[in-house]
Amino acid sequence: MDLKRKNFTRKMKHFTINFGPQHPAAHGVLRLLLELSGEIVIKATPHIGLLHRGTEKLIEYKNYIQALPYLDRLDYVSMMSQEHSYCLAIENLINCKIPERAKFIRVIFCEITRILNHLLAVGCHAMDVGAMTPMLWAFEEREKLMEFYERVSGARMHAAYFRPGGVHFDLPLGLLADIFLFVNQFKVKLLEIEEMLNENRIWKQRLVDIGIVDAKDAQDWGFSGVMLRGSGIKWDIRKSQPYEIYNKLEFDIPVGRNGDCYDRYWVRILEMKQSLNLILQCIEKIPFGIVKINDQKISAPSKNDIKNSMESLIHHFKIYTSSFVIKANETYIATEAPKGEFGIYLVSNNTNKPYRCKIKAPGFSHLQALNFMSKGSMIADVVTIVGTQDIVFGEIDR
Amino acid sequence: MLLLLLLLKTLIIIVPLLISVAFFTIAERKIMGAIQMRRGPNIIGYIGLLQPLADGAKLFTKETIIPNDSNEQLFMTAPFMALFLSIISWSVIPFGEGLFLCDLNLGIIYIFAISALNVYTLLFAGWSSNSKYSYLGSIRSAAQMISYEISIGFTCLIVAVSTGTYNLSKIVLFQKIIWLIIPFLPIFLIFYIAILAETNRHPFDLPEAESELVSGYNVEYSSMAFAQFFLGEYANMLLMSIFGGILFLGGWFIGFLFFLPEPIKLSFKMSFGVLYFIVNRAIFPRFRYDQLMSLGWKCLLPLVIGYFLLTSNILISFNGLPI
Repeated sequence: MDLKRKNFTRKMKHFTINFGPQHPAAHGVLRLLLELSGEIVIKATPHIGLLHRGTEKLIEYKNYIQALPYLDRLDYVSMMSQEHSYCLAIENLINCKIPERAKFIRVIFCEITRILNHLLAVGCHAMDVGAMTPMLWAFEEREKLMEFYERVSGARMHAAYFRPGGVHFDLPLGLLADIFLFVNQFKVKLLEIEEMLNENRIWKQRLVDIGIVDAKDAQDWGFSGVMLRGSGIKWDIRKSQPYEIYNKLEFDIPVGRNGDCYDRYWVRILEMKQSLNLILQCIEKIPFGIVKINDQKISAPSKNDIKNSMESLIHHFKIYTSSFVIKANETYIATEAPKGEFGIYLVSNNTNKPYRCKIKAPGFSHLQALNFMSKGSMIADVVTIVGTQDIVFGEIDR
Repeated sequence: MLLLLLLLKTLIIIVPLLISVAFFTIAERKIMGAIQMRRGPNIIGYIGLLQPLADGAKLFTKETIIPNDSNEQLFMTAPFMALFLSIISWSVIPFGEGLFLCDLNLGIIYIFAISALNVYTLLFAGWSSNSKYSYLGSIRSAAQMISYEISIGFTCLIVAVSTGTYNLSKIVLFQKIIWLIIPFLPIFLIFYIAILAETNRHPFDLPEAESELVSGYNVEYSSMAFAQFFLGEYANMLLMSIFGGILFLGGWFIGFLFFLPEPIKLSFKMSFGVLYFIVNRAIFPRFRYDQLMSLGWKCLLPLVIGYFLLTSNILISFNGLPI
């Protein structure tokens, strides 16, 4: 019998858990490998790719107009913001100015989208932390917002409403009045959700000082949007590189102080209030006029014209079958989507299809910091952090 | 003949218990629906009242899945044991003056002994299913239930010291003049916090925190085995509600409702507990594991021990010990 010391010592392995993809807190199809020592997370490795649909490649095989609906399907809780980036990129390439009314409509719907996204973010975050009720309240409000989507475009989610050169339809009669009514009642609903969470001791215990990211780290990891502002950096593309009419509107950029989950939650709530404010300003100032540019090479002529003019019919047919040719050029346009900087890098090559369409999704850079944010915390905190990052896999996997 | 009578007596307790568990679930879903601005189940039966029967039928007809790597005997014993333990605690509960299966002199101790055994069912279930999530869940729940049982134990000790008995009927009779909630309000609050943890309910439902551990110790269970856990858990909640009613809310005494039968008056107090469980579930986020532990050991336990010393010292120094 050969007794050796190493036979008596067994090397302890960490407890590894496969968190997701089928997990109630995985926000879609996040697969997370958690190495645990007891309840403490030693390492969290996110695996992506389970929702990869090859959007960028698909866009290369579609002409400029046909590619638009793919953008809806990236981050499927903030649909119109992404169409917006894409439309701005095309408009930048062909150098066209869109009518004033279209700009206002775009801003109204971008802000509606922001509320739509933040409601889901806050609601699901609360659900991850264990509070069930705010989510159901938030979804009731989301339903109303989706009705606005439906009234303006016919689709509740994947609207394809913003088009290069403007928006597809004018607003239906009475929509602005209804949005106005919504804004007023939504302020009360938002207060109710806040009452449920803001001063709730358990909610604070679970969020304050969890997942702290300081300003430098936030920049180093390439954060944007709420994740960056939660860390105290006053950076908002709507202010720094204003597009559409944001420079004519008054709004604040709420920022956090500590960069913890509670600050990000609070920034989201304040941003919703700013969005309401922006919507009200737009409703007040929106002018009358056309909603897409009068260039029939870019925007389709109206149904009425098609019935009366041969030219219009031909233009209509040409736009919807082969869209338009863009001279070889390239552009990068970023907008402040609800989750952060959503950018489109578009390369054209004298055809009617983009040569390359690189999508910069904010969630991707947030997810890569998951290990950094959750190392050393407990399993329950990982769930909180995934919630606060507001991850949607449509845009991360593309 | 005597055996038959005993069997009948047992059934008279068990059948209404299972029915009330069924209606507890529908009440939970309906009340939470009302809080969350939705309707809750409203299709089966009049305004959804038969929903629990449909759920039961569904669970009963499903296939029982036993995971490959599990320890089969323990895996199948655990749910049965959970249901069994939660039902036998009811034998000492007095439903009215002279209405009980067994007038045990050590009623409180008996209930404690049984609920301490409940820890084993969770450990068995979590360990035997050989799944990482249920393993974590069972460890959590064992630690949690043990630490909160101490707090509950001390609250009951205070009641026992001041009433001079462990017998539940006598404790109720003691409260004919004044409910114990009035002298012991802080203890009442601690008791009601601790029973949430004891029954693994929101905001302390860490063993089955669905956003972390999917469903905790019962992840791998399906069909009847799951239903047994479910029934056991809800029967436990009902037990704790009625226990709280007996200890602090005067049992079957409600002064101005003297004309109602005693069990009905007791059931009002049970409903209070049930409502408390449900509303808590709807409005609170969940604690983290370490926070739960520090709340149990650092806040509740010192408080309740201090109160215990205070009460017993007052009783001794004023020569008021009931013997």
